[in-house]
Amino acid sequence: MKYTYYPGCTIGTTAVEFGLSTDAICEALGVELVELEDWNCCGASSAHSLDHELALRLPARNIALAQEAGLDIVAPCPACYQHVLQADMELRQNEVWRREMEALLGFTYTGRPRARHLLEVLTEPEVLERIRQKVTRPLTGLKVASYYGCVLVRPPEFTGWDDPEHPMRMDVLMEALGAEPVPWSYKVDCCGASLSLSRSAVVVTLSTRLAKEAQEAGADVIACACGMCQINLDTRQALEQKIPVLYFTELMGVALGLPQAKKWFGKHMVDPTPVLGKFLASG
Amino acid sequence: MTPTPIDLSFSLTVQKRSGEPLLRCYFCQKCSAGCPVAYAMDYKPAQVIRLVQLGRKETVLSSSAIWLCVGCEACGTRCPNHIRLAPMFDTLRYMALEEGYKPDPMVYALHRSFLDSIRLWGRVHELSMLMEYKLRSRDLFSDLGMGVGLILKGKISFIPERIRGLADIRRLYSERREESAHPSAEEAQR
Repeated sequence: MKYTYYPGCTIGTTAVEFGLSTDAICEALGVELVELEDWNCCGASSAHSLDHELALRLPARNIALAQEAGLDIVAPCPACYQHVLQADMELRQNEVWRREMEALLGFTYTGRPRARHLLEVLTEPEVLERIRQKVTRPLTGLKVASYYGCVLVRPPEFTGWDDPEHPMRMDVLMEALGAEPVPWSYKVDCCGASLSLSRSAVVVTLSTRLAKEAQEAGADVIACACGMCQINLDTRQALEQKIPVLYFTELMGVALGLPQAKKWFGKHMVDPTPVLGKFLASG
Repeated sequence: MTPTPIDLSFSLTVQKRSGEPLLRCYFCQKCSAGCPVAYAMDYKPAQVIRLVQLGRKETVLSSSAIWLCVGCEACGTRCPNHIRLAPMFDTLRYMALEEGYKPDPMVYALHRSFLDSIRLWGRVHELSMLMEYKLRSRDLFSDLGMGVGLILKGKISFIPERIRGLADIRRLYSERREESAHPSAEEAQR
């Protein structure tokens, strides 16, 4: 199992624990991630907000770089994933544009590497089986609200690997880790995303509602799959009793008994240790 | 009150550029109901489509709604007529900028700073991007506490990562076909 890995800009900075936990669990599970050499930013929300052409062009360069290896491109960030998907669809369907990009970037489009999200790849049946076998510290009794956010499973015309209104793959993964996924109605409600700085009040409202609803559903923690979701929920939930927000990969690391997990917790604003400390492997 | 001028070609232009069949909308308002930011918009998503259909260009292009859509795709996923509103909102922002309407200063400042950062390094460097954003938006002091918190957690790096293929990035930014800045939206319409 080998993939071209497109980490994206947040993985080394605001989502550093997402990157570290992804590296660690993939190694433990024998999923080989080969980082895409010299990758660039996908343009995130800003490119498509101001410049449609640029929003397709920036990810097209990453697709160009991934052609030679021919492996599927795995991204941990839903925005990166989404933008690579869109550019790939454009390269596939729009021949005029494809020729233009091939000339501009000096590559030949083979159409072989497909964009996949990390959650999609790690919840394939055979990987789930490996996970079940390797869990040494099952998260017994831990109630998890799986939060998918917006563009991870939407629009379904692009993604298509889970239900866009009621996705289940993260819930199934949590169950494989021994945790108890709680049903709740806010799995795919947006956190406010890129309005975080420019309209922080909106993000406070949305993130607080998400955190509150997760608590009301009985969750001890929220599991998420996006750097933007995590930082918005972690820093903007205006609640007296705050709920920890973890990347699904961190919870995997804990259940797989990886000692590094303690370090990842140190990167959180809402400390997960009171809830998760008892599951941590010593070391 | 002076009546808002009506632009009869507006709906067709937006439909063509966004590639979305906006004239199919029969105003069920499912989009407005599910939109997480509708509460903060001056016109709700369904109202924006209706205003587009009616040719109320000036009202739409000067609205706050077009700058608040975050592109979460809830509306597009739920629309019974398979209209994705996110590309419509994108198109409306492009048109507002091209025609000199004033953008939401904060939202625009953030996106501009972000794109400048990519042009400069090939990847986003948060610290310098945020500094540019603060200067552009003239909002110097909000969220400083959070910023310091993130720096203390080692989540904001001081040194930018510069990619080797910056020449590619510059070309992607600057070398455009003259006939159309957005060929793909038109391709999609064909």
